[in-house]
This record gives sequence, C-alpha cells and structure tokens, in this order.
Amino acid sequence: MSFNNLDQLYRQVIMDHYKTPRNKGALEQDSVNIEMNNPTCGDRIQLTLQVEDGIVKDAKFDGEGCSISMASASMMTQAVKGKDVDTALKLSGIFSDMMLGKEYDDSVDLGDIEALQGVSKFPARIKCATLAWKAMEKGVHDEEKS
Amino acid sequence: MNPEIKSYFPILNQEINGHPLVYLDSAATSQKPTPVIEALKEYYESDNSNVHRGVHTLGNRATEKYEGAREKVQQFINARSTQEIVFLRGTTTAINLVAQSYGRANVEEGDEIVITYMEHHSNIIPWQQLAKERGAVLKYIELEEDGTISLENVRAAITDRTKIVSMVYVSNVLGTMNPVKEVAKIAHEHGAVMMVDGAQAAPHLKIDVQDLDCDFFAFSGHKMVGPTGIGVLYGKKHLLEAMEPVEFGGEMIDFVGLYDSTWKELPWKFEGGTPIIAGAVGLAAAIDFLQEIGLDEIEKHEHHMAAIAMDKMSAIEGLEIYGPKDPAKRAGIVTFNLKEVHPHDVATVLDMSGIAVRAGHHCAQPLMKWLDVTATARASFYLYNDESDIDRLVEGLRSAKEYFSDVF
Repeated sequence: MSFNNLDQLYRQVIMDHYKTPRNKGALEQDSVNIEMNNPTCGDRIQLTLQVEDGIVKDAKFDGEGCSISMASASMMTQAVKGKDVDTALKLSGIFSDMMLGKEYDDSVDLGDIEALQGVSKFPARIKCATLAWKAMEKGVHDEEKS
Repeated sequence: MNPEIKSYFPILNQEINGHPLVYLDSAATSQKPTPVIEALKEYYESDNSNVHRGVHTLGNRATEKYEGAREKVQQFINARSTQEIVFLRGTTTAINLVAQSYGRANVEEGDEIVITYMEHHSNIIPWQQLAKERGAVLKYIELEEDGTISLENVRAAITDRTKIVSMVYVSNVLGTMNPVKEVAKIAHEHGAVMMVDGAQAAPHLKIDVQDLDCDFFAFSGHKMVGPTGIGVLYGKKHLLEAMEPVEFGGEMIDFVGLYDSTWKELPWKFEGGTPIIAGAVGLAAAIDFLQEIGLDEIEKHEHHMAAIAMDKMSAIEGLEIYGPKDPAKRAGIVTFNLKEVHPHDVATVLDMSGIAVRAGHHCAQPLMKWLDVTATARASFYLYNDESDIDRLVEGLRSAKEYFSDVF
C-alpha cells in the first residue's frame, strides 16, 4: 500500500526528532516548570525552561505521546533555546498560524519546525503538534507574572 | 448475521481517503440505519409539536409518539412500568442525576461508594464529587490480571457502610462483561443500591432489569443505532418516587406558587424543559431495528467478531491485546497497542486506509493507569461489521507496522 499522504505528515525530519529527541529530560535549574496534558488523548509534556534577563537560556522536555507531539516538543525546545522571550512567543504565533493552515510569517528562519507544516492537513493531529508550544507560552506568561 | 444489514446504513457506503470506509468505532458512537433516519424525518415533517399540552392534534400526535417510545423502552429492558423510564440526554446525565439526587439524600459522612477500576469517567467523577461533598469514601474494586472482576474482590470491597455500588456492565476498553447481577445481590445484602452503567451493554445484549435486579440502569441511544442526545435512566419506582428532581422548570411541575411548587408524578418530574421528543422517537425506531434482528443474534455476532479479530490480530508480531483472552468473556471491543507505534499514529495510518478506530485513553484514565499505558487503540465491532472489515483492519495494521519500521 502506498502512503503518499502519510509522507506529508511523517516527514523524515519529524521522525528523526521522534527517534532521537533533542533536549529530552528536565533542567536541574529551572525558572519555569510546567506540565500540560492533552485531555482528549492522554499526551503529556513536562517542560522546564531557564529564563534569565528575558532570554530562554535553556529548555528541556519530558513526556509521553505520539510521534507528532514528541517531535514537535523536541523542535520547539530547539527553536526557542537562546532566543529572547518575545521571539519565542512570536515563533509560537507563527507555528499556530501554520497549524491552522493560515498564511504565516516566513521572514523568520523556522528551521526544522517547517517540517510540521503537513500536520495542518490532519485536523485530528493539530493538537498533538501544538501541545508543547502551548506549554511554552503558558510557562513564559506565568514566569512574567511572577 | 445477514450481510444485507450493512446496506441499511447509508453512511457506510462511502470512500474515506480513497478507500471504502471500514467503521470500527461503534463503542464511541454507532452509525444510524435508514429506518431511524426516516423516523426522525417523518417526525419533523409530520408530527413535530410540543408534548403534554394536549389541545391541538399535532400536540397529541407528538405526545403519543414520545410516550409510545417510553413504552418501547420499558419493554426493551423489561421494566415493570413506564414510570420507571426517565428520558435524559444520555448515560452521563443519568448517572449524574442518581449521584446528585439519590446520592445527596442518602450518602452521609463516612459512608462508602463502591466502583471499579474499569469505569468510564462518567461513572467515576459524579461519585468523586458526591464523595467529596458528603465526606464519603470512594472505593475501587480491584481487577483480576486479565481485567475481569471476581466476586471475591466485590465481597471484599462492599461493606455495611456501602450505600451505592456503581459498575459498568460491559467495559468500553476491555470489552469485559461484568457479573452485575451477582454484584447487585451482594450490594443488596449490605443494604446498598446498585447502579449499572449500561452504555456499552444495551446495544449488544438483551437487558432485563428485573432479572438483574439492579436499582438503576443507564444507557444512551446513540450507541445503539439511535440518535445522539437521548438516553435513559431506569430506576426502581419506589426509589425514583423518593428522589428529588435536579432540574427545575417547565414540563416537570404540578403546581407553581410564588414561593413553593410541587412536581409532576413519575417519570415527568425528572424531565424538566421541553423533552427530547425527536430523540425518543428515533430511539424507539432504533429499538425496533435491533429487535427485528434480535439482540441474541447481535450478541452472538459480536462474540464471533471478537474471536476472529483477536485471533487474526494476535498473529501480528508486537501487537498486544488488553483484557480477557477468552472471547466469550467480552463484547465486540478489542483494545490493543502495536509495539513502538503510538496509537495516534496507528489511527492516522489506518484512517489513510479508510479504517476508523479510536485512539487515546477512551475516557478511562484510571484503567489506563492500571494497564500501565498512556493510550491505546481500540477497534469496536457492531452488527454492520463483518469479517472483511477485520481483514482490512489486519492489513492496515501490518501496513502501519511496516511504515513505521521503515522510519526506524
């Protein structure tokens, strides 16, 4: 059976992140420690960030979930590490637009994240891809409040 | 099972992602046959009106149909009277009603409510909330290793402090059929009432509430070829009579004063607001459809499907099936995982082949914890599925395995 459509979803770079996730684990020194679930399917992510002077100095994630959610978490940590908080949130907005199939700002280098574009064609899987980003957004906002 | 049954379900006659649809998610909701769709259409085209207002002809027709549906349900589950049949939105609403009305009136601090590890969230959370509110203890009956319930464990959990025992008849995850009749007997020996979550049972087995001798029984129309939004609470008359309504408003009142009101008699006192008339009409048509085929026949078919599915699926290396291995102990539900492929990914690959299965925690997180998994995939069979559907599933699973083994 051929699965051309599936290849749009499960791009090689995604499977690479799933197989060998970057930044897996928990930071020993963190300023943000947030857990988030996808209540409809049981995916879970624990995200630790070290934010200093408005910069995401380090990021790690742990959790359980499907290939898309775990690859997306891996890519997200990779993307926001070293960026200032505003840029991290901007990336999150771009990612959200990408998932919703909207036009998105491509003036920013998205790196591996762009591989997740195909997820927008699989509505049931969008929540898998956005979980880590939502955790990051909430974590950063909580940090700002405190 | 008559192979023509499939042709009564128009939705099944379509392609999904370029392949003929194989629908294996009936435990989530069943598909609807033409007679049910027609009954809804006819009701709205010819009889639609509000009920119990009595003066005009349409009102009478709608009332006759609505109350006729109640009689149909009464016979379907062998209740003593139509007064014991309350129409509600579904199983969830029915369990919540019992928890909020019977539970609040009868459960005191230190009393026990007993459920099991295999309950759907709808048969957990209403009791958690009640236990918290009343200072009661929520206890779980342990499962055997194969996911069945032994009467020994039931006896160990139920005590004289137990006020309510609530248990699923057929598990939506394991497909296990629980000995609810025997459990009801034990509950009664201790002065407790027995509630049965029949959401996965009513579509598949003949239900006789008098024989089960349960005190409450809840089920949903949409899982038994009926429409969404209609469900049933059966309760023994003397219990329902003593219970207060939890929803107040039109339709359920007898006399309304400025500061005090009285309620209609059973069952209407629990049916506040304009009732689910079309839903009840559709449910009656669904019952006719199922009875024409015969519930015994349907049950037999599902055991047969479960047996074949388990046999063929087990041949796939790395595929683990949860729940009892003996197909006679389960309804047509097969929950599984494919080694190294997450169930969401399995479900997406199957969907690309036109096969609909469920993936996730199936609204049973405590059971997932007991199984020590975060999620599973589930194929559930109903009267319109046949062996060719199982073959397609097995082929799809092999493709999924292959697809992901290429990746790794």
